[in-house]
Amino acid sequence: MAAYIAKRLLAAIPVLFGLSIIVFLIMAMIPGDPATAILGSYATPENVARINADLGLDKPLPQQYLIWLGNLLQGDLGRSYALNRPVLDEVLERFSATLILAGTALVLCSILGLLAGVVSAVRQYGLADKVITVLVLIGISIPSFWLGLLLILAFAVKIRLFPASGMYAIYGGGDLPDLLHHLFLPALTLAVVATGVIARLTRTAMLEVLRQDYIRTARAKGLSERRVIYRHAFKAALVSVIPVIGIQAGFVLGGAVYIETVFQWPGIGSMLVNAISTRDLLLVQGGVLVVAAAYVLFNLAADVVQTLLDPRLR
Amino acid sequence: MSEAVSTAAKGRARGAGRPGPIRLLLNNTLAASGLVLLVLIIAAALLAPLLPLPDPDATAPADRLLRPLTEGHLLGTDALGRDILSRLVWGTRVSLAVGISATLIAAFFGSLIGLVAGYAGGRVDAFLMRGIDMVMAFPYILLALAIVAALGPGLLNALYAIAVVNIPFFARNIRGITIGLSRREFVDAARLSGKSNAGILFGEILPNVLPVIIITMSTTIGWMILETAGLSFLGLGAQPPQADLGSMLGEGRKILFTAPHVSIIPGLMIFALVMSINLLGDGVRDVLDPRLKSGALTRPVARTAVERRTVPETRTHGDSVLEVADLNTEFHIGGDVYRAVGGIDLHLKQGECLGIVGESGSGKSVTAMSLMGLVPTPPGRITGGAAWLDGEDLFAVSDERIRALRGADVSHVFQDPLSTLHPLFTIGDQLTEAIMAHRPIRRSEADARAEELLRLVRITNPAERLKVYPHELSGGMRQRVCIAMALANDAKIIIADEPTTALDVTVQAQILSLMDTLRRESNAAILFITHDFGVVSAVCDRVAVMYAGRIVETGTTEEVLNAPAHPYTRKLIDCVPVLGEPGRRLDAIEGRPPVVNDLPPGCAFAARCPRVKPDCRRGHIALSSLGDTQAVRCLYPLTGETADD
Ligand code: SF4
Repeated sequence: MAAYIAKRLLAAIPVLFGLSIIVFLIMAMIPGDPATAILGSYATPENVARINADLGLDKPLPQQYLIWLGNLLQGDLGRSYALNRPVLDEVLERFSATLILAGTALVLCSILGLLAGVVSAVRQYGLADKVITVLVLIGISIPSFWLGLLLILAFAVKIRLFPASGMYAIYGGGDLPDLLHHLFLPALTLAVVATGVIARLTRTAMLEVLRQDYIRTARAKGLSERRVIYRHAFKAALVSVIPVIGIQAGFVLGGAVYIETVFQWPGIGSMLVNAISTRDLLLVQGGVLVVAAAYVLFNLAADVVQTLLDPRLR
Repeated sequence: MSEAVSTAAKGRARGAGRPGPIRLLLNNTLAASGLVLLVLIIAAALLAPLLPLPDPDATAPADRLLRPLTEGHLLGTDALGRDILSRLVWGTRVSLAVGISATLIAAFFGSLIGLVAGYAGGRVDAFLMRGIDMVMAFPYILLALAIVAALGPGLLNALYAIAVVNIPFFARNIRGITIGLSRREFVDAARLSGKSNAGILFGEILPNVLPVIIITMSTTIGWMILETAGLSFLGLGAQPPQADLGSMLGEGRKILFTAPHVSIIPGLMIFALVMSINLLGDGVRDVLDPRLKSGALTRPVARTAVERRTVPETRTHGDSVLEVADLNTEFHIGGDVYRAVGGIDLHLKQGECLGIVGESGSGKSVTAMSLMGLVPTPPGRITGGAAWLDGEDLFAVSDERIRALRGADVSHVFQDPLSTLHPLFTIGDQLTEAIMAHRPIRRSEADARAEELLRLVRITNPAERLKVYPHELSGGMRQRVCIAMALANDAKIIIADEPTTALDVTVQAQILSLMDTLRRESNAAILFITHDFGVVSAVCDRVAVMYAGRIVETGTTEEVLNAPAHPYTRKLIDCVPVLGEPGRRLDAIEGRPPVVNDLPPGCAFAARCPRVKPDCRRGHIALSSLGDTQAVRCLYPLTGETADD
């Protein structure tokens, strides 16, 4: 197993390289003089000279990439002139907040989605199935940023049950209960779409599995229907749903951009939106790169879990 | 039983009076309501210039933040006093235009990449798909953000960004289809006729790929509208004074607490738009997906439904363990009723092996699976007859009783041991589970018993084998495991449904002799389902030949093999491969068995029978005795002299 994980990690390296090339190229698409674009209103002649020297922006593109990559491998993502601090510091600080939000949402959507999908499949064509099907349709069609606003209106303004924004209370707080209190609404909102997708695929996977010959065998053995569904069918369905959860990690990380903006969560999504408006391009570049790398690792983790569950993949 | 269902489904496709695709779509309430909603929204957006709406950009500071249902402003006004209804209609127009354009751009470039990659193959394919994989390695929205960051905020840039991140979906789908198509004959023909590659790609392949492109468009357009609205909401899309639904929502958010309607209304519109597209898209997909059409994705319940119209009197054949009388099992698919089993009588003594023989679709498996309620419901149901196990009517007992009998008194061995063993559990897990389902013993004891069982079916190294997964064993080994499982609780009856069909010939012989030995050791009765008279001669004491859901001949194996009386039996026996005469197999019988939803009157075999006479097609033909044990359902049975026709 350790060998398998090592192999997967090695295979992820070219993907990470590819990501770095794409991120670099996107930033190279910026019209005009790159030094001036990056510095924006901080583009004094000294700053331009300095950044050109640091990043080799006046050199040809491949050389620029190598310089950039070299810096990247040393953990140097450049400096945010607007914030006057290294990009990496800012990105990591923001990313930890995003990880809390997105991680919670991912756990929520996995649990809720699997549960809803299984119930829906077991009660096929029953009332529960119909209700879940409609809820799932609503879940995958609703704009999450709008749902966030509705929840704020309902649970922060009308019934003052949860705070409308932020990660901790400004006065006092700062402990775990305070965090959870602030986390609830945004994490729930963020989880909605992914819950719908996972529920839908779990339902299909369960229905598919329940028709398999080995389920008939399980019944022919005289197992209880509970055991047939929750042990035999669910495990097999889980194997096909896990990669979907891995992919949903990407949608949850991306969706965090909206939710963090709506709930003013101090994560990397709201950072990116601000950085785009202030044209703090190095910060955008660093943020995108870190989130994309995290997504690659998420998918890798999903692969490993799937392999643990399914001996045929080993 | 799967064979019966598939024949049934095939039969149905021929059936008349099936609703067309449009009807099917409209029958689906959700899809139909989606269609209506979408048509309304699109009509409003298209007709915006003609509608009696105020100028969406006309500000009126005096009328700012009017609530909905105010006179002259149905949906109220925003922070600048602009009419929300008018802005909503015009904003919908922009959002729709942007969503559709983004979809078209993504479809164009994505399909182009997919077509070229799929048609060219080799290096070009590898290079293009590697690039597509890279793009897909990004969290979806994040890549769009990066592109907007580089190009600068603006509606057009947001449109490009969303289009770019959706290209991979098209590229992948289209490439898959193209690869399949470019191997087809018509492409080769075009190539031989001297057409250029571009000519083939766009003249021959593209028209075939077009439906897939359209389906992919219908599934992604909702997303694209949602995501462009999202970018505008973040302030990265439409810039004032231009407004789409997303930017209206974004502007309204600033005054969420004082005037919630300003943001809620455009959000509701996005929701309605995307929801209507998704409802319609799902409906379209359901109609186009053939698996859903035949209801095949319906989950079978734990036990076959029993809705008996007739319940026969208890009867006994002296010392039989199993007694089946007038068994009827039907499949209800669509509006059609398939009588897979149409009145079967059987009896089975302790330690006896009865073979049920017939082609696929004859109802032999359904007969066997009906006994313990393993015919999938829906679509199957038992509609008549009874099966007594030691005098207990199996169709009348409780579900819990059936569960307790399954795997204990009556166990099963199925055809393909790879698909019948659970791929994710070890052999040991599956064996001990079978034991512990019926005996309150500890896991360690069950493990010991499992090991003993493997030894019983002549598996070497049983302790080691308990730890392996099914896919790590050979087909013959797997079937031995299944047999071990059937023996786990000293069953009185083992129902073996084509247990050797999936195996190769030498392994087949080993498994047959193993079953024969074990039967004599354990004194269990076997109900042996097969299509192969060669197998029957190896293990069965008696045999019943089935055709179109009925028994057409029965007798001791010796009688039937030596003097088959029914022309169909004769043909089946002729199908047994004879050493040195390859090629004589079951499909050697010309013609196909009849579809059981519309059986002709009289003899079901008439259409394929060489001895058919006009009166064969008239009225019911009874099973008539030819001696103590042999009986046949035929008006002109073969006798010794005529057996050589
Ligand atoms: S009844 Fe007539 S048609 Fe049927 S098998 Fe006998 S001879 Fe053939």
